[in-house]
Amino acid sequence: MASSTLGAQAPTRSCDIAVIGGGLLGSAFGWGLARRGQVCQVFDEGDTAVRTARGNFGLVWVQGKGLGMGRYARWSLQASRLWRGFADELEAATGLDLAYSRGGLRFAHSEQDLQATVNNLKQIQSDMVEEAYQFETLEHSALKKRLPLVGDIAGATFCEHDGHCNPLMLLRALHQDMQRLGATYRPNTKVERIEPLAGGGYRLLDGQGERLCEAEKLVIAAGHGSRALAEQSGIELPIHADQGQVIVTEKVASAFSYTSDIIRQTDNGSFLLGASSRDVGMDTRTDLSTLGQIARECVQVFPFLRQLRMQRAWGAVRVMTPDGFPVYQHSKSYPGVFSFACHSGVTLAACHALEAAQWVIDGAIPSDFDDFHPKRFHVQASI
Amino acid sequence: MFKRLSEPKAPVTFEFEGQPLKGEAGESIAAALLAAGIIDLRRSGEDDSPRGPYCMIGNCFECLVWIEGQGSRQACREPAREGLKLRRHPGRPDPQAFGGGS
Ligand SMILES: Cc1cc2nc3c(=O)[nH]c(=O)nc-3n(C[C@H](O)[C@H](O)[C@H](O)COP(=O)(O)OP(=O)(O)OC[C@H]3O[C@@H](n4cnc5c(N)ncnc54)[C@H](O)[C@@H]3O)c2cc1C
Ligand code: FES
Repeated sequence: MASSTLGAQAPTRSCDIAVIGGGLLGSAFGWGLARRGQVCQVFDEGDTAVRTARGNFGLVWVQGKGLGMGRYARWSLQASRLWRGFADELEAATGLDLAYSRGGLRFAHSEQDLQATVNNLKQIQSDMVEEAYQFETLEHSALKKRLPLVGDIAGATFCEHDGHCNPLMLLRALHQDMQRLGATYRPNTKVERIEPLAGGGYRLLDGQGERLCEAEKLVIAAGHGSRALAEQSGIELPIHADQGQVIVTEKVASAFSYTSDIIRQTDNGSFLLGASSRDVGMDTRTDLSTLGQIARECVQVFPFLRQLRMQRAWGAVRVMTPDGFPVYQHSKSYPGVFSFACHSGVTLAACHALEAAQWVIDGAIPSDFDDFHPKRFHVQASI
Repeated sequence: MFKRLSEPKAPVTFEFEGQPLKGEAGESIAAALLAAGIIDLRRSGEDDSPRGPYCMIGNCFECLVWIEGQGSRQACREPAREGLKLRRHPGRPDPQAFGGGS
């Protein structure tokens, strides 16, 4: 290993793989790589960065994912299959409780809504080619039998693969355990520049031009911060911000043992209601009209929610791609530089940690995942 | 523990866990309960330990109390009123106990 010749300056540390971003994607990769014996460093900007990992809804969600891309539907199902073992391993290593449990409902307010959901799910099943995920359609009376507190809505679709967890505990467990496994976590360190080295590998620099580290390979997984870094590495990264707001209620006794896409009860008793979807740029503020809309929709599902006091609300911005599907790529011009972006970082954490980390070690994204390459966005119209 | 500096000028009577208490109209429920020597207003939703008013300015939610007919309320932000029936907040109330709605 080359030692630093910079004297008093911060030493240039070298490693096999540098991961840029310590949110849900970066941490999953950092943990997955350290677990496979790689010497890695994870760089994470400070508290002022846009950090979606701290503002999400905590779903490990499959139902409805991948309409129009079978690969993504299968990847989401794979995530759900891996999640139990993933959570068990992290819990055993850290002693933390990720509060992962399964069984998810997508509520339908009207008959048309229910029919449209069922049609979409059937379409996804036929696109999945390989083994498709199953779901159950529950008309109002069947739903009421399972959930006596449900209001006057048309029904729901149930999928056993859907689940939820405590996403803050997930992030903390990944951070804690990757360091136990030997990864170096470097907080408050924003990577600004990537320079290829003559003999192979890359150097990372901060805003002052200070050397941060040298690495053979890079994983760019910095959420909204990824784009600027990807562009320097010959990688196209079409992502934008999609704002979501979430309401938190007071804690109450257990009243909803499943989860759903808009309502879930956390392990400590609060109900989380959300999350909206708005194209307002990097704005994390909440507003009364959006919160009111969320509350109205959720109260139709469970009228008792009307009686609960709202304790707080927050806004966060999703990392969104033009078609909503993941964008994974390995740079052509900068071999060994990978970039990963997607909006369901909680769900896919298990896949990133347990499967995709190996791709980085192997030096290639399997061709089976070509659908995730951004070249899909510049298909020429055929005549 | 706490002592009133002067007797209530406009006294109101209310109940906590069935016990009749006196307060000053318009002062907060939290102040009235503290003056009556009651500091244990609720159970923690996490571990069932006893909790009571802390910040007295509506920030910490430590002072939650159960008002019959209304549900969970911050005792430091609700005025004491004649006839109020208060209960110790159970930490995680049963949503069906809220009445109405469902
Ligand atoms: C309201 C809402 C609800 C959501 N609900 C769910 C859900 O239920 N289930 C689900 O699976 N997903 C959900 N998501 C999405 C999920 O939170 C994201 O997919 C995930 O956080 C994205 O991970 P990321 O690592 O790409 O970005 P982030 O988690 O934002 O992490 C990026 C990290 O990179 C760091 N960084 C940025 N630039 C640099 C730089 N130059 N140098 C060093 N570090 C840098 C930042 O500090 C940050 O820590 C939700 C998102 C929102 C907004
Ligand atoms: S004592 Fe803090 S909110 Fe009432």
